[in-house]
Amino acid sequence: MKIIVLLKRVPDTEARILINQEGTGIREDDIKFVINPYDEYAIEEGLRLKEKVGGDSKVTVVCIGSEESAELIRTALAMGADDAVHVCDPALKKPGPFTSGAILAKVLQDEGFDIVFCGKQAIDDDMAQVQAITAEILDIPQVNVAVVFEISDDHSSAVLNRRIEGGDERVETKLPVIISCEKGLNEPRYASLPGIMKAKKKEIRKKTLADLGFDSAPGGGRSEILKWFPLPKGGECKMVEAEEIKDAAAELVKLLREEAKVL
Amino acid sequence: MRYPLTEEERMIQSTSREFARKDLAAVAVENNEQGVYSEEIYKKLGELGFMGMTVPEKYGGVGLSNFCLILALEEISKVCASTAVAMSVHNSLVNWAILEYGSDFLKDRYLPGLASAEMIGAYALTEPAAGSDVSALRLTAERKGDEYVLNGTKIFISTGDKAQVIAVFGRTDQENRNRGISAFIVEPDYPGFSVGKIEHKMGLRASTTVELVFEDCRVPASNLLGEEGMGMQIALAVLDGGRVGIAAQSVGIAQAALDEAVTFARERKQFGKRIIDFQAIKLKISEIAMAIEASRLLMYRAAKLKDAGENMTKEAAMAKLFASRTANQASYDSMQIHGGVGYTTEFKVERLFRDARAMEIYEGTSEIQHLVISKKVVEEYERMLPE
Ligand SMILES: Cc1cc2nc3c(=O)[nH]c(=O)nc-3n(C[C@H](O)[C@H](O)[C@H](O)COP(=O)(O)OP(=O)(O)OC[C@H]3O[C@@H](n4cnc5c(N)ncnc54)[C@H](O)[C@@H]3O)c2cc1C
Ligand SMILES: Cc1cc2nc3c(=O)[nH]c(=O)nc-3n(C[C@H](O)[C@H](O)[C@H](O)COP(=O)(O)OP(=O)(O)OC[C@H]3O[C@@H](n4cnc5c(N)ncnc54)[C@H](O)[C@@H]3O)c2cc1C
Repeated sequence: MKIIVLLKRVPDTEARILINQEGTGIREDDIKFVINPYDEYAIEEGLRLKEKVGGDSKVTVVCIGSEESAELIRTALAMGADDAVHVCDPALKKPGPFTSGAILAKVLQDEGFDIVFCGKQAIDDDMAQVQAITAEILDIPQVNVAVVFEISDDHSSAVLNRRIEGGDERVETKLPVIISCEKGLNEPRYASLPGIMKAKKKEIRKKTLADLGFDSAPGGGRSEILKWFPLPKGGECKMVEAEEIKDAAAELVKLLREEAKVL
Repeated sequence: MRYPLTEEERMIQSTSREFARKDLAAVAVENNEQGVYSEEIYKKLGELGFMGMTVPEKYGGVGLSNFCLILALEEISKVCASTAVAMSVHNSLVNWAILEYGSDFLKDRYLPGLASAEMIGAYALTEPAAGSDVSALRLTAERKGDEYVLNGTKIFISTGDKAQVIAVFGRTDQENRNRGISAFIVEPDYPGFSVGKIEHKMGLRASTTVELVFEDCRVPASNLLGEEGMGMQIALAVLDGGRVGIAAQSVGIAQAALDEAVTFARERKQFGKRIIDFQAIKLKISEIAMAIEASRLLMYRAAKLKDAGENMTKEAAMAKLFASRTANQASYDSMQIHGGVGYTTEFKVERLFRDARAMEIYEGTSEIQHLVISKKVVEEYERMLPE
């Protein structure tokens, strides 16, 4: 079985995000980047499926990202994935979901696959669109926000639980399929030390847009990010203190009228 | 701290950190509070390769450098210094001693089990009358046919009651103080071996420290490490590596103390300000941060010299002395920054303070490190200066 896992490099959930001066992105100095946490569930599920199905099953990681993504791809290989495709091109500064979808669809077609696991969303821009766009381009089913995954005995279909508001929804799908993974699906393993040593010898196939047959970044132009800006600071809390409650109430009314101008 | 690590080293550091923050942190507080040694944690460490880091792949290890080992030890120690005790003794003392001095028979017999943590290693040198002065050790090892018969007592042996592979140092020659010592691998089910008193310690409470009693304990002659009379040489050589491990443990404690101090001081307000805005607090923080980075650099250098196969007795002693002092100063200052709450068991700094204390005692006290360093320094001068 040919299993593909999609991986994105994102800022650590603990990192404090600051917008750059131009408002075109975040400041990347001194923050740590990690595998998108939801993608870790995808890697784990891919590895479990491979272990279950056995035979000549293979897990291939696919990542669109800068040079720096290589280290995180290597981490996925250290967790046990077999090889990887790294789409890395200077023309891909900040690909939007249609661009990523078009590229991933091409890579998936080139590689061939029975099943694709990815995170339910990337925790950086939270768009949760790439898996859907990719599935639409390939015209295959997608099941999103999976918390339970079971493959059928003949490996031609799968039954999944999707986490929805207030409960789970159980669905059955044919393969090939794209599945986006939610926390709770599994407990991702660590990259073991022997795994890290083995990963050094595993292949990461680096591809440019030209290698994939694109003249320029595909799928763009439908929407554009104009500007990024931080949330406005939460208002200050002012405590009203007075000896007598009635004085405090009077002070509060005064503040509400004169400062907050709501009365 | 900014330091150029390779991709592989960063990945190893990352796995160590993740494991420490998740699996270890989940049990560390309770295990330390109740004085529980967790077999489960070592099993997990073994599965991930942490118990055979420097053991070559052909013996089931990972074949990594000593530098990688200390990166891992620091991360484990940040969360639970007790766990780093057995991890350090196991990797830097026992695995290393067998690898460096063991016969092929001993390597085949013990290294795969040690590397996977199916067996835990302990290192038994200290005796009631022989602490800093190793040459005063009295445990006797008498050759009788195909066996050595051991009689005597070891004290303060980390994980001595949990280990399956114990490196024991005993006297094979009464006349020769230094050259009369030999090293053996003892298994706890050999006849005549028993565990005695279990110490109740101030810190490192999730690690056991015990007395080992040898009464006509019969050890196969094939379990001699190196040759007869090499014991002292082996003990001191592996301690060089061990001391870098203690430096790593110390740096972990110190870093955790700083992490706690800064986190606390950013939140605590007095006199209408965050206490981190007082110069008195800033001074403490800068001093700790600087000492931690200096300690880490000393330890990195010592580990790299060891990886290069060079003698690093002086550098290991410097790293151990400086880092262990830093751990004590950092946890002391961190508690001070916490004020009253730092003195309660609810805050991590209280455990760090207790754990730090042992760093200046075991694997050679600070006073002994001074002796080692000054001896080496004077020797260096004597080779340059006229008589
Ligand atoms: C938690 C813990 C775990 C341990 N684990 C192990 C273990 O796994 N295996 C093992 O073999 N041992 C272990 N030890 C023992 C440890 O190595 C010894 O405690 C240490 O070597 C000091 O020996 P001592 O306690 O006999 O002190 P002593 O040697 O009696 O020293 C007492 C004091 O005298 C000072 N002193 C001694 N000689 C000199 C000198 N020449 N000049 C100046 N000052 C001197 C010392 O620095 C110290 O301050 C452990 C100890 C502890 C606390
Ligand atoms: C065992 C114990 C028993 C106690 N018993 C009593 C008792 O019986 N009765 C009682 O009333 N209290 C008692 N206390 C409380 C004790 O007096 C306080 O802990 C102490 O005054 C410090 O206050 P704090 O803990 O709030 O620390 P904080 O005042 O928050 O101080 C935190 C840190 O900031 C520093 N700091 C604060 N302000 C400044 C500044 N302006 N410039 C520079 N540094 C500053 C402090 O020196 C400290 O390092 C007890 C405390 C303990 C630990």
